[in-house]
Amino acid sequence: MKADPANADLAINPVLVEEILVRFIRNEVTRTGFRRAVFGLSGGIDSSVVAYLAAKALGPDQVLAVTMPYKTSSAETLRDSQTVVDRLGVQTLAVPITAQVDAYFAAQPGASQMRLANKCARERMTVLYDQSAAFEGLVLGTSNKTELLLGYGTQYGDLASAINPIGDLYKSQLRALAAHLGVPKEILDKAPSGDLWVGQTDEGELGFTYADVDRLLVLLVDRRWQPAQLIENGFDAPFVERVLKMIRRNQYKRRLPVIAKLTHRTMDRDFRYPRDWWT
Amino acid sequence: MATHAAQPMTQPAVEPSPPSAELRVALAQIDPALGDRQRNLAMHLEQITAAKAAGADLVVFPELSLTGYFLRDMVPEVALHRSSLEIAQLIEAASPMAIVAGFVEEAPGHQFFNAAFYAEAGRLLHVHRKVYLPTYGLFEEQRYFSPGKRFQAFSAARLGRVGLLICEDLWHVSAATIMQAEEVDVLICVINSPARGVDGPMVRTAETYQMLARTYAQLLGVLVIVVNRVGFEDGLCFFGSSLAAGPDGRLLAEAPAFDPALTIVRCDLADLRRQRLITPLARDEQLLLTIEELERIKRRRYES
Repeated sequence: MKADPANADLAINPVLVEEILVRFIRNEVTRTGFRRAVFGLSGGIDSSVVAYLAAKALGPDQVLAVTMPYKTSSAETLRDSQTVVDRLGVQTLAVPITAQVDAYFAAQPGASQMRLANKCARERMTVLYDQSAAFEGLVLGTSNKTELLLGYGTQYGDLASAINPIGDLYKSQLRALAAHLGVPKEILDKAPSGDLWVGQTDEGELGFTYADVDRLLVLLVDRRWQPAQLIENGFDAPFVERVLKMIRRNQYKRRLPVIAKLTHRTMDRDFRYPRDWWT
Repeated sequence: MATHAAQPMTQPAVEPSPPSAELRVALAQIDPALGDRQRNLAMHLEQITAAKAAGADLVVFPELSLTGYFLRDMVPEVALHRSSLEIAQLIEAASPMAIVAGFVEEAPGHQFFNAAFYAEAGRLLHVHRKVYLPTYGLFEEQRYFSPGKRFQAFSAARLGRVGLLICEDLWHVSAATIMQAEEVDVLICVINSPARGVDGPMVRTAETYQMLARTYAQLLGVLVIVVNRVGFEDGLCFFGSSLAAGPDGRLLAEAPAFDPALTIVRCDLADLRRQRLITPLARDEQLLLTIEELERIKRRRYES
């Protein structure tokens, strides 16, 4: 067996995926008694796809896209977010987070870039959950499968949401879905970036491309290839090992906190009810 | 049903045929509320009324139609005895129409089964307890349910010999083999299948069910009815696409993907006879050989 160079394993039928995800948003929002949804819009592919899907699922006036720029956020980010809002006619709100983030770090001299980036992500999360109450809408997640597997996100920050329509799609698959949905070309063409600091790109920070890592992840995770087989079939050994380590090391971000077990029924261990209990 | 008794040579050939060979089956592709039996009972009663209005002889609901699927610790909370008032109410409402619906059965000894019942003309004729409980990937049925111990067909007034299977049962060739040995005319499989695989023209799991239904319909020379649910539970998307396949392996009807629907399928039971004349696989099946071979394999694998 050869690793498939044509990316057949990453192929999706975007029409089918759209059908499922639009229904997913409508169903999971309305079954809890809500009619509306709130999410953070960055002007990147992931949040733009969520915007398109949510507008279709709930109607544009039932969807609030919140932009939350920090002082270093690029003009491109704001411009692309505005393009999405204008095209879809969704409701929008700008909540700059510079004042609160800077007020906190004024008393934390020497904080690293990583701490600043995580703080910004968590600040945005608190804004979204507050707007969730104000707008009476559920918070939609915008983390994709690649990020969730690699742990490339902030726990209780951008990883936090009520429901996530795109968490089972790799970045490359999201790109195909975005093109099908009509996400503007300038958004499809730009380098993916968390806009964490000036000039930051995901691929620059990760040290590999989404195309390469998605090809590896889909075989490893979805097709259950063993790492040794992947290396035999041409994947770079240090690359495979690095990705495996990232997946393992970040497992905690994908789970609720560990609870010390004392009784016969402990939350989420043997007190097992579905999230959609009684809906 | 057509009978298969040989005609004496001296008499003119008379085609034996039932008074009416047309069977109308209503595929009730619903979206049950998770754990809410009262809401689901009301939903069933609505569908029964609509199916009767459409002149259906049989209405088929999906697996666990009275409770929803991803129950986990709710299993004992939503369980029913087969003699419960709710099931009696459904049978009564459907009568004289036949009905298949899914429920969690609590049996003596506090065992719980993923079960489906068949009733007609106000009488409960059969309860099938799911034998193959998937416990892999997203499934965890063996954690909550005991496995059924039988694949047993039964005789119904309008349908002839009927086999009832639940979801994963259909993925095991042995279930189909036993149903063939049971001489079934109609194979009903109620399912709760979540969508997985989105790279093709339709959901991959839907494609597989279509393939299984058509294959068994043709190999057994029977009418196969598969009813799935729709809706979401904890992110699982139940894809619908309920279907009926005729004894030549052709699709007779297909319900829509993803949306609730009551699809009426008209089947000609006389097709069964015609198809078994064209391809008499069931006639030629060497059941005793199969049994002897299985006995031999049993000795080798389990008794040595």
